[in-house]
Amino acid sequence: MLNIKNLHVAIEGKEIIRGLNLEVKAGEVHAIMGPNGTGKSTLAAVVAGKEGYDVTQGEVLYHHKDLLEMATEERALEGIFLGFQYPVEIPGVSMTNFMRTALNEQRKYRGLDPIPPGEFLERMEKAKKLVDIHDKLTNRSVNEGFSGGEKKRNEIFQMAMLEPTLAILDETDSGLDIDALKVVAHGVNMLKSKDNATIVITHYQRLLEYIIPDFVHVLFDGKIVKSGGKELAIELEEKGYEWLKAEAV
Amino acid sequence: MLLITFAGLFKILPNKSEEITMSDDKNNILDEVTQGEYKYGFFTDIEMETAPKGLDEGTIRFISEKKKEPEWMLDFRLKAFERWKTMKEPNWAHLNIPPIDYQNIIYYAAPKKKPQLDSLDDVDPELLETFNKLGISLDEQKRLTGVAVDAVFDSVSVKTTFQDTLKKHGIVFCSFSEAVQNHPDLVKKYMGSVVPAGDNYFAALNSAVFSDGSFCYIPPGVRCPVELSTYFRINSAGTGQFERTLIVADEGAYVSYLEGCTAPMRDENQLHAAVVEIVALKDAEVKYSTVQNWYPGDKNGKGGVYNFVTKRGMCKGNQSKISWTQVETGSAITWKYPSCVLLGDNSIGEFYSVAVTNNHQQADTGSKMTHIGKNTKSTIISKGISAGFSNNSYRGLVKIARRAENSRNFSQCDSLLLGDKCGAHTFPYIDTGNSSSIVEHEATTSKISDDQLFYCLQRGIDTEKAIGLIVNGYAKEVLKQLPMEFAVEAQKLLAVSLEGSVG
Ligand SMILES: Nc1ncnc2c1ncn2[C@@H]1O[C@H](COP(=O)(O)OP(=O)(O)OP(=O)(O)O)[C@@H](O)[C@H]1O
Ligand SMILES: [Mg+2]
Repeated sequence: MLNIKNLHVAIEGKEIIRGLNLEVKAGEVHAIMGPNGTGKSTLAAVVAGKEGYDVTQGEVLYHHKDLLEMATEERALEGIFLGFQYPVEIPGVSMTNFMRTALNEQRKYRGLDPIPPGEFLERMEKAKKLVDIHDKLTNRSVNEGFSGGEKKRNEIFQMAMLEPTLAILDETDSGLDIDALKVVAHGVNMLKSKDNATIVITHYQRLLEYIIPDFVHVLFDGKIVKSGGKELAIELEEKGYEWLKAEAV
Repeated sequence: MLLITFAGLFKILPNKSEEITMSDDKNNILDEVTQGEYKYGFFTDIEMETAPKGLDEGTIRFISEKKKEPEWMLDFRLKAFERWKTMKEPNWAHLNIPPIDYQNIIYYAAPKKKPQLDSLDDVDPELLETFNKLGISLDEQKRLTGVAVDAVFDSVSVKTTFQDTLKKHGIVFCSFSEAVQNHPDLVKKYMGSVVPAGDNYFAALNSAVFSDGSFCYIPPGVRCPVELSTYFRINSAGTGQFERTLIVADEGAYVSYLEGCTAPMRDENQLHAAVVEIVALKDAEVKYSTVQNWYPGDKNGKGGVYNFVTKRGMCKGNQSKISWTQVETGSAITWKYPSCVLLGDNSIGEFYSVAVTNNHQQADTGSKMTHIGKNTKSTIISKGISAGFSNNSYRGLVKIARRAENSRNFSQCDSLLLGDKCGAHTFPYIDTGNSSSIVEHEATTSKISDDQLFYCLQRGIDTEKAIGLIVNGYAKEVLKQLPMEFAVEAQKLLAVSLEGSVG
């Protein structure tokens, strides 16, 4: 589904990602871990198509198509979803309106008519239940005045609404209390299928107790320096990242 | 000039504070955004009778005679003209106004055919076509809303049963010309009582040469059961448009009045100088909403309407209320300050405004709240949106007279900038004459952030639509003041006006 080969990315002339390889297949869950500032969010942003990143080398294929050639919104419409580490507020735009617009854009892209109001409401209800989010939140403006945890839940709510093929969740677990963490993990697990894939970026092995990854990768200094199964996460939790430094060179 | 007056075209709002649900409508709107361009730029070829170019006493007598006006009306015009000749164009606004040759304007244009018509079938097909292009199919509206429509193309009037309903309540809603003929006492009593003929340069010009407009009178204790609405349209080339609207709500009356306007695309600039006067007597309330969409000129700033308008309301009686809501998207230059004089004790003035400027548009707009009565309250909510090379200024004056004890004003002026070649300016003036009153002013300037745009794009919403969403969100506080159908129109306009302004 997603195939990243020898990716090099620079921001303002500074190389942040330095030769990254990653292959994600349908039905898989990948976890990416690594110290602060090693380029995890940068990788997510490049895949999602944020402006301001220079891909200096390498390629990213998505369903065998050149992802880097696609416009940002097109990537989203093709099923890529980014759960933001820091979701922004959009004052005055209600969550409901935002979701309906996004959903209808997706439908238009697939040649479908706008979603009938009844069906939309049903879908909202289902998604809300899945992440245990209140009407209060969906009636408010996008992320406006949401607490840190509410923002994260709201990201999963949107994921449930848009049913992506490839979801990248950037530290969706940070700032969540243990109950919220379970709710979010439950949401992600429920949305999992053999046709879609999830990349979770996290600092905590804790999340991986609830979202069982097929692969764990350690991103260090712009490269994946070690990959393994879920036991790698436990090892990292115990030993930290220091011992991997040698492998980064 | 084309003047279309609608009674009850829009449904009554069930609840004033009801939030605009930007649901299906919203998405339809956004679909239309992609079409862009100024869609009202058509020109209707109807045979017109015009006055010769230029302005002198003869022109004024010509207009008055064409309208078969009584002596007192002609007098009013001539006096105003004398005043105008001694006056100078105001130059204090943050605007760059090219010189206007007042002798190169046609001050009167009316369709030649003026039969009295009984049904839609008798209407000039060209005219009906115009209505259709404006998105106002009379038949459609009749069928959908179940209410009748009154359309006036100067004196060509299509009377419908709805006028009878209004009549039953004693409500007068007609063109200004008709009011001069049929309700001279009311017109004489109130015309010029809020905006005197010599109030300012453009008001004086209007008083001298005004072509037509709307008149509305709600008798004591009557709550007008429908929204009253007028569409203005400049049609003929080289013609100035000078309409005049007078709305009077007698004691305890209520009315909601709406106005919309469009103009053809032309290379030369067209002058529009209107006057709107509102009078609210004791316990009366008038809600005035407008969506101004005069042709703004092309992308390079060629053409467009010069919109120099004087709008003022007088809260004459105690507990009266006047509320202005405006969505300004059109015109090359806008000079407009809907104001309230709060004469009665406990009276309330409100001003809600969204002003969008794109490309080379210039707007200097805001409000003046003059507190004279005790315990008077005013609110100003202004949302400026600038894009392209445009300039957008808020200018406000809150004046609290010494005797206006315990008065309050709250002003909120926000500016949103799209791009870095446009300008936003705020000129708030405050003059407080006593110490028991409170005046609060808040101002913010913001930009649509890259992160907000990226967030929308990542959800599959393209840039144009994202800007439409964000801008409508930004302007929501004002838009929700508009009656539902008007709000939908306004949202659409906002999005279309800003098309191509980012990315
Ligand atoms: N827009 C930017 N301009 C300049 N430097 C940037 C920008 N975005 C990221 N960086 C830098 O790139 C590096 C990688 O940042 P990134 O956000 O990808 O790290 P991360 O692995 O997600 O870290 P964390 O665990 O703290 O979220 C950091 O040094 C950061 O300062
Ligand atoms: Mg990060």
